[in-house]
Amino acid sequence: MVSIIAAILVITGLGFLFGYALALAAKKFAVSKDERAAAIEELLPGANCGACGFPGCAGYAEAIVSSKAEADLCAPGGAASANGIARIMGVSVKSSDERVARVFCGGGSDRTTQKYRYNGLADCFAVHALFDGHLVCSDGCLGFGSCARVCRFDAIDIDAAGHAHINEDRCTGCGLCAKACPRHLIELVNKKKRVHILCRSHLRGAVCNKMCEVSCIACMRCEKICKQNAIHISDNLAVIDYAACTSCGECVAVCNKKCLMQFPSVQSVQGGHR
Amino acid sequence: MSIEAVILLVVSSIFINNFVLAKFLGICPFIGVSKKLDSAIGMGIAVTFVLTLSSAAAWFVYTYLLHPYGLDYLKTIAFILVIAALVQFVEMVIRKFSPALYTALGIYLPLITTNCAVLGVAAINVQKEYNLLMSTVYGAGAGLGFTLALILMAGIRERLEDCRIPRALRGAPIAFITAGMISLAFMGFAGMIKE
Repeated sequence: MVSIIAAILVITGLGFLFGYALALAAKKFAVSKDERAAAIEELLPGANCGACGFPGCAGYAEAIVSSKAEADLCAPGGAASANGIARIMGVSVKSSDERVARVFCGGGSDRTTQKYRYNGLADCFAVHALFDGHLVCSDGCLGFGSCARVCRFDAIDIDAAGHAHINEDRCTGCGLCAKACPRHLIELVNKKKRVHILCRSHLRGAVCNKMCEVSCIACMRCEKICKQNAIHISDNLAVIDYAACTSCGECVAVCNKKCLMQFPSVQSVQGGHR
Repeated sequence: MSIEAVILLVVSSIFINNFVLAKFLGICPFIGVSKKLDSAIGMGIAVTFVLTLSSAAAWFVYTYLLHPYGLDYLKTIAFILVIAALVQFVEMVIRKFSPALYTALGIYLPLITTNCAVLGVAAINVQKEYNLLMSTVYGAGAGLGFTLALILMAGIRERLEDCRIPRALRGAPIAFITAGMISLAFMGFAGMIKE
């Protein structure tokens, strides 16, 4: 009996002794943490996509607090988180338009011809490395979904014919897909600009015409009809000057090859944080 | 206890009975923190500090609290208590004075608590009935041995980074093979001193 009590007393006593010593030490060696970092992390989406260039949302929050980073680098968080961060840090942030990723190719295996039948690894980089891809067009979307795999927001779908479709509601404009495309066909564009030329081929019109149903053949019909003088043919390809374009859609109507595309306008272009 | 005995104990615990390479205790941090020389040195110093203090503290606890009341069977739990408290203390100190080292060591810092080398030294001290001086010296020697093993390993692994290693062996496998070979080399010291 005595030994049991002694055992309990000794272990409890040791526990209390060490606990008390640690409590004292914790006070003496206390490290003051910046509360703003935690508050900023709350405002960030928590996707840890790395689009800001810092290791995860926590890393970005740390960088903001130690004023190594601007407040508006979070693309997924958009204007909402940028404004919130700016409020916490007491700085003003210049309003930036929301951006969305676009695939600048309207083709796919059903609209263009294939050089060979590809049976290898289902990865765009692998196909791209093999004789410059399996499509006759060296600027066409390969459709093996390297972009869809890197998307943290499940915003890219690849359909059966190999078209990459971007779901505008889900896309946060982080730009990970743009980096993942071996042909650099994905670009971040202003969400308010609705008309785009979905072709990147600089080959002559006659060649393009044979190659792909929806290629730009530089026929100049769009250039002639544009009242804003916002569209020009350069190096066998129509190029839109987004600063001048009003997304009126007149050029889309005259395009015979259907490579000019007007995306249906969304109600809230100024969407913000989802 | 003569001065020779103390020196002998230090040499023995660093080279001949190296805790990592001969007794195979404390393998977790040995593999985990040996990727970079800087953090390996930091970890070695932290473990040496904990080992030295904990063998002294464990000796006091055992000699004055456990043994007199016939509570020898409680030594494992009591030693763990001592070690855990010391590790917490070391963590606070490192966090205060070297945030960089704190981030570099990461999860392995609180894991010193579960480093079996620390408990191993305390248990061996009791087993061999060392006095306070010998216990502390043995703890420090074991810590230095651990540091030596960690530094050797980190140096080799840093060089391995630049080598063409077959893909299947990259990372942990080559680290284990390296550890095995260093351990074999240390086996050469065995029998130099009778323990």
